[in-house]
This record gives sequence, structure tokens and C-alpha cells, in this order.
Amino acid sequence: MRPRREIGPTEATEVSALAASGPVIPNFGANSSKCVVENRFFCGEWVSKNWDSVLWPALRQHVLLTAIAVGIGFAISMALALAAHRYGWLERPTILATTTLYTIPSLALFELLVAPVGANIFAAEIALVSYTLLILFRNILTGLREVPDEVLDAAEGMGMSRRQTLLRVELPLALPAIVAGLRIAVVTIIALATIVYTIYNKGLGVPIHTALGEGPFKTELIAAGALTVLLALAADGLLVLLQRALTPWTRAR
Amino acid sequence: MGEFIKAFEFIANNGAIAGQHSLPSLTQLTLETLKVAAIGVAISVAIAVPIGVWLGHLHRGSFFAINLGNIGRALPSLAVLAIGDAFLGLGLTVVEVALVILAVPPIITNAYLGVDGVDRDLVDAARGMGMSEREILTRVELPLAVPLIFTGIRTASVFVVSTTTIASLAGFSGSLGDIIANETSYHFSGVLGAAICVAALALAVDWALALLQRAVTPRGLRLQGEAKVGVGAPAPGLT
Repeated sequence: MRPRREIGPTEATEVSALAASGPVIPNFGANSSKCVVENRFFCGEWVSKNWDSVLWPALRQHVLLTAIAVGIGFAISMALALAAHRYGWLERPTILATTTLYTIPSLALFELLVAPVGANIFAAEIALVSYTLLILFRNILTGLREVPDEVLDAAEGMGMSRRQTLLRVELPLALPAIVAGLRIAVVTIIALATIVYTIYNKGLGVPIHTALGEGPFKTELIAAGALTVLLALAADGLLVLLQRALTPWTRAR
Repeated sequence: MGEFIKAFEFIANNGAIAGQHSLPSLTQLTLETLKVAAIGVAISVAIAVPIGVWLGHLHRGSFFAINLGNIGRALPSLAVLAIGDAFLGLGLTVVEVALVILAVPPIITNAYLGVDGVDRDLVDAARGMGMSEREILTRVELPLAVPLIFTGIRTASVFVVSTTTIASLAGFSGSLGDIIANETSYHFSGVLGAAICVAALALAVDWALALLQRAVTPRGLRLQGEAKVGVGAPAPGLT
């Protein structure tokens, strides 16, 4: 129906069948080092040689996939949460819908989207966005609801309009909960985006897939796996710094 | 939408593909998936619930219990499975170990938050009534923590079902993911049919556990418990 590469480790089975009989000698190119040919635990030299051509592009794509998903997911969740904050009855149906989306396993959701959308970036992003909604919606709404009544009364007493109260009082006070939600969403999406390769050949799932087909080639697996985890930790750390910068008053306590 | 019709035909034929007789049926693969997932969840619950409950009872290790959940989320299941595959070979044991590694953190975090969050006044009252520490744990703290403990188990179970299908990408065979990873044999309609089954299975598991959760939640808590819909550690857990 559409040109797409085989996503399962088809070559892997045949190579691991060889592994039973003798040392695995995958063909990593004519000038592979001994470490790579013997498929040792980790070959730093392979990483530096393939950083520019393999790992760095995959990492960049992974960041982009995540950023688009969290960006769009945040905009949708914010709109939904503001609506549910004003019209309370919207909360239950939204939670129900987003929980259902969140429950569908990633591998299945990607394929389900391929039929109507095609095996492309749109299918990938729709799936990733749908995984952010539950987390972000719930956290933004919780943050908005936890603003103390006295504060709202004070805002009203100062003559603030509904819009001013929202922008100058409620949203700033909800920031810690919102950022907490963003942290969970970003980390979750970074981990999930490794499955994107099954429908759209981008992201850190690509080197993992290649490595699985070659033996599996340990260095590439470890490098790509570690990059994914490090990216998640780095993004999480950045968001903590962002929160500190945005909410200086929370540190005084 | 034609593909969806073909996908439902595939499901109606129980996964049979013309000209290929050696392939397992959909029912078989669904049961396999459930088996692999159930073993993983059972082991994780056996390990994680006692640890979380115990830490919560002592009100210690909040940093550990909460951050464990956050670190668990950052682990990409495909990478965990792939690395297991590279070093140990991907048999059932390695898949189960990977599932346990991924399922333990959310269960510990929620069990901890559940027991730790029990009203201290209630515990004092129980102590004042002459209950032993053991009785306090089993008759006061555990029943009150049931909703959150179950939330953790539900989150982990859905995650485990999902990861069991991903194991097929890493070369393990014996789950519905096998079909999704093998478009050559099953064609896109088969892949789509399997995806529908996987989604339905995950939702069914979640709903079944939600019903079980209701059944074991003490009656007095049920009304309040209604508010706690959803997955994962509650927001305040992230500090």
C-alpha cells in the first residue's frame, strides 16, 4: 500500500542464528575497527566516527519531534483546561477522552493513524500530541483550581476583570503545576518518540532499529539508548531552571 | 477507510492469511500477550507494593520513591528491551526483566504516596485504640491507600501491555506486536487489525482493573475515590 521499510528485526534473526555457531562478524564497512568487528561492549571510536552522520541527525530529529508534540499538545491542553476551568462540566468528558488516548499503546496508535493520515510526520505528531493531553490538561486544571479563594477575592476587590485575574493572578500562581506537567509530558514524549521510526523514519529509534538488525550492534544500541535518556534528563533539568526563573517568589518560602 | 474494513475482516478471520498456514491465530497471540504481561505485572506488584507501602508507613525515602517514578518514565522501553537483547539474548526471561524494570517505579511511587498520605490523625487514633503497628498498617493504612496503590498498578499494567507489543520490535516473538512488526507476511490490513486488537486489549485491561479497584476499595472511600480518575502519579508528586 505504501513504501515502508520492514520495522521488525528481520535481519537480526538470521544474524543471531549465526551467533550460536561462532563469533558474529557483521559487515560494518571495510575499514571497521577490531572493536566494532568483534561487537564489544562499547566502541567509543565508532561513536565519534558516526556522530555527524548517524547520531547527531537522529538526536536533532528527536528533539524536533518532541518539541512540536509538546508545543501543540500544550496549546490544546491549555485551551481545554481554560474551558474546563470556566465550565466545570467539561472536565469529566475531557479526562475520559484523554485517558482513553493515553491508554492506547504507542505501537498500535501509530499504525491506527497511518490508515487515515499516511506514514508521515503528521501521523507521528498526532499520536505524540495525544499522549501529552491527559498529563498537561490535568496539571494545568489542577494548578488553576488550587489558587486560593482569598487571592481571587483580593483580585476582585482590586477591581480586576476576569481576564486580568486569569492573566495576572491565576496563571502565574498555577505555573509550578503547569511546569510539573510539562516536565512529565516532555520526558514521556522523549521516551515514546523512539517508536516513531515504525511509521516515519526519524528520531533516535532509527539507530536503535539499525543496530537491532546488525547483530545486534551493541555500541549503537547503547549510544542511542543513552542519548534518549540523557536528552530526557537534560530537558527535565532545563524545565526546572525555567520554572525557577519564572516563579522567583516560590524560592522565598 | 477501505483498509479498516480489510483490517476488521482480518480480525473476523482470527488472523488467518491466505496461503500462510503456519502463522499463529489472533486469539493465540492475544492470550500470549496477556500471559507475558500478567507475569510481568505479578512480579512487579510482588516487588513494588511491599517496598512502597513499607516506605510510606515509615514516611521515609520520599525522595527515592518519587524520583524513581520520574526516572522510570524517562526510560525508553524499546531501548531497554534492545539492550537486554544485545547482552542476554531476548528470551521470555529478559523480556520479563525489562517489563519489571519499567513497571516497578510507578507502582512504588503510588503505593508510597498512598500510604504516606494517610491522615496522621487517623493513625494516631488507631494507636490510641491500642492497635499494634502491624494492625495499623493492615487495617488502617492499607485500606485507605488502596485507591492510589491500584492507580499505580493500572498505570503499570497498561504500560506493560504496551511494552510487551514493543518487544516484538526488538526480536521477541509471542505477542500481538509480532503482527505489527511483520508487515511482509501480514500486509497492512493485518498490521492495522493487530493494532486495533492491541488498543482494545489495553483498554480492556485498564477497565477490568478499574472494576477490580472499585470492588476492593473500602465502601466509605468509594465516593471520594470517584474524583481520582486517571493515570500516573498525581501532580504534587513531581517536585
